[in-house]
Amino acid sequence: MSKLYSGAEIVFKCMEDQKVEFIFGYPGGAVLPIYDELKNHDGIKHILARHEQGAGHAAEGYARSCGKPGVVLVTSGPGATNVVTALTDAYMDSIPLVCISGQVPTHLIGTDAFQECDTTGITRPCTKHNWLVKDVKDLAKTIHKAFEVATTGRPGPVLVDIPKDIQFQKAKYTNFKKQKKLNGKSNNRFSQKDIDKLIDMMSKSNQPIFYTGGGVINSGPKASEKLRELISITGFPITSTLQGLGSYPGDDSQFLGMLGMHGTYEANNAMHDCDLMINIGARFDDRITGKIDEFSPKSKKVHIDIDPSSINKNVKVDLPIVGDVSDVISLLIKTIKKNKPNFLKSNKENTSKWWEQIAKWRSVNSLNFINSDKTIKPQFAIQRLYELTKNKDTFITTEVGQHQMWAAQHYKFDKPNRWMTSGGLGTMGYGLPAAVGVQIAHPDKLVVDIAGEASVLMTMQEMSTAVQYSLPIKIFILNNEYMGMVRQWQELLHEKNYSESYTAALPDFVKLAEAYGCVGIRAKTPDELDQKIQEMIDVKKPVIFDCLVDKEENCFPMIPSGKPHNQMLLGPNDQKKNKITGKGKTLV
Amino acid sequence: MAKSKSAYSDPGKKGKLDTHVIVVWVDNEAGVLARVAGLFSGRGYNIESLAVAEVDPKRGISRITIVTTGTPQVIEQIKLQLGKLVPVHKVADFMRGDKKIIFKEMALLKVVGNTSKRKKALKVCKKFNPVVLDKTQKSVVLQITALRREIDIIMGDLKKFGLVSVSRTGAVAMTRGSEIFK
Repeated sequence: MSKLYSGAEIVFKCMEDQKVEFIFGYPGGAVLPIYDELKNHDGIKHILARHEQGAGHAAEGYARSCGKPGVVLVTSGPGATNVVTALTDAYMDSIPLVCISGQVPTHLIGTDAFQECDTTGITRPCTKHNWLVKDVKDLAKTIHKAFEVATTGRPGPVLVDIPKDIQFQKAKYTNFKKQKKLNGKSNNRFSQKDIDKLIDMMSKSNQPIFYTGGGVINSGPKASEKLRELISITGFPITSTLQGLGSYPGDDSQFLGMLGMHGTYEANNAMHDCDLMINIGARFDDRITGKIDEFSPKSKKVHIDIDPSSINKNVKVDLPIVGDVSDVISLLIKTIKKNKPNFLKSNKENTSKWWEQIAKWRSVNSLNFINSDKTIKPQFAIQRLYELTKNKDTFITTEVGQHQMWAAQHYKFDKPNRWMTSGGLGTMGYGLPAAVGVQIAHPDKLVVDIAGEASVLMTMQEMSTAVQYSLPIKIFILNNEYMGMVRQWQELLHEKNYSESYTAALPDFVKLAEAYGCVGIRAKTPDELDQKIQEMIDVKKPVIFDCLVDKEENCFPMIPSGKPHNQMLLGPNDQKKNKITGKGKTLV
Repeated sequence: MAKSKSAYSDPGKKGKLDTHVIVVWVDNEAGVLARVAGLFSGRGYNIESLAVAEVDPKRGISRITIVTTGTPQVIEQIKLQLGKLVPVHKVADFMRGDKKIIFKEMALLKVVGNTSKRKKALKVCKKFNPVVLDKTQKSVVLQITALRREIDIIMGDLKKFGLVSVSRTGAVAMTRGSEIFK
């Protein structure tokens, strides 16, 4: 007779078979049997967060920076409800997470027992799928299925809810063999005909643009390599969404910068005026398209995505290609090389006028700002951070708000998986715990959370996690004492009624750092900034960097809501010129 | 239109709404109906009627028939989003009024009144194969199967003959001829 294992043992057996190295979690009554079993499994290290949301974001940071699914372990009731924000965040940004939650024993389910909640009910809309395991015999199968669902097709979070009695009960465990064939939901179903049609459209185009997104990153490092090759053999311009940054080098001449609400002038105008738009792994999000009815009116649109439901959801496209980005680009390159060896040459003539137009847009220099020698401008702080860290393989996470947009605009990424930001859900408090997860995956790398003082306070308790595991994360706070993006919208839209967007009684971040047992650094003036940043980089401990920046700086360029791409608001230089005051601002 | 102050774009033009019947084959497991219904409510789709029952006990497959309205784009999204759910095996979709498809709903109608009224009530239903399920001195329970709008009409007609209670199912659908849903 084969050996019987308890449910808790089976959980670990499954994780070992899935090559899990780290679990991010927080113990509690309903998961105690699993926590009890932890001591018997040296290959799996548990990272104790300070809040389940922190555990979830840390697992997201881990998953994003190394491409493996993040594993979260929480207890029933509040443990599960606290992790909901992280699950939703992962769902919106397509991050593979496997969350295991404890549940009250099966005989107590439905009785409003202590720390009971309808976990599968609550997490149903924010996971790809979830399971309540009611029979220990189903446990192993369910956990393996959970890993498969989380990582195949368009990745995303899943949850397995395990009642406490199931964790004690015993069952057999048969070793897991990874299936070669992935499940039917992975949808790699494009054909050579689609590729031929795309190449035909590409060779007829005079004003093409590639618009790439997080799908390129999710498709793995090979996809980013292939994308670079594709851009170089086509000579087309490329722009990227917030999530796609890093899949193509940010300082390359064919790269137009990020597009969207706070994207560059050249990227958004090129999107508006192009005659061929090739979307690779992006989803026509409302922050990208602006006004849908006037979105890129003259273009033929191609959409390459692994999720068929992303296609034609917001924008009707002319050629849908359902498939894994890496596979589609590989075949595209192969076909171009075979059938059109002179593509680049012939295309240069076709697109020369287009590139001239792009150069004109570029000359507007839309990311420009008026620097100061008295106060630190937030954009300047990011530029200095970039210059001082670009020669290291630096990983950047962010919170949500102005600092996030400035980071996206001014920090140039040249590798995938180096940029972790909450784009879809826009979760303030994401960056600090995400940095914890990134540092776990890359212990020797420099990990910086570019933060705002308001966001970072939402998950500040995770500094304690960083200290416990000696994770030298750097929290680079652009401190303007305001919820900056809220303040900006209030200035532009609500007659400068700064309702509740100013945080009085902020903590002294340097002292706070010391209280946590890490290092606090404060920079007040532009001339001391470089030296302080260097000090931050050199310290081998976690650092909270309090960078006091201009309190009233706004993030430009900006597409006002309900406006098409070619009606952007530029920075203060432009506003003086064009007198976008009073009336213009109410249009925002 | 007033200038929007929202961070989101203004709603675009509304397209023409069509009524579709969507048939979904799912694993008959706990929560599967909640997943399907939750997808509709969460994404703001409309459910006009819903019928669900297990059709293959051996494989544990249930068949869900949903009548919904939406623009062609929304209907396409509904199908694709349903297809992404893990317990969903296949999804079929038809315009209501498609000649190749049979749609039927069932209704139970309770009429209370004298013999003459009850007789008249039965006569009104004649076209839809009424079955008398229960009969007393002053009441009758009729079962009819028909299209939604036909049942609507009958309900109107029966009011004057003493219709006191109606119970209706959602629509179920099947292809005509030897074809089956793909």
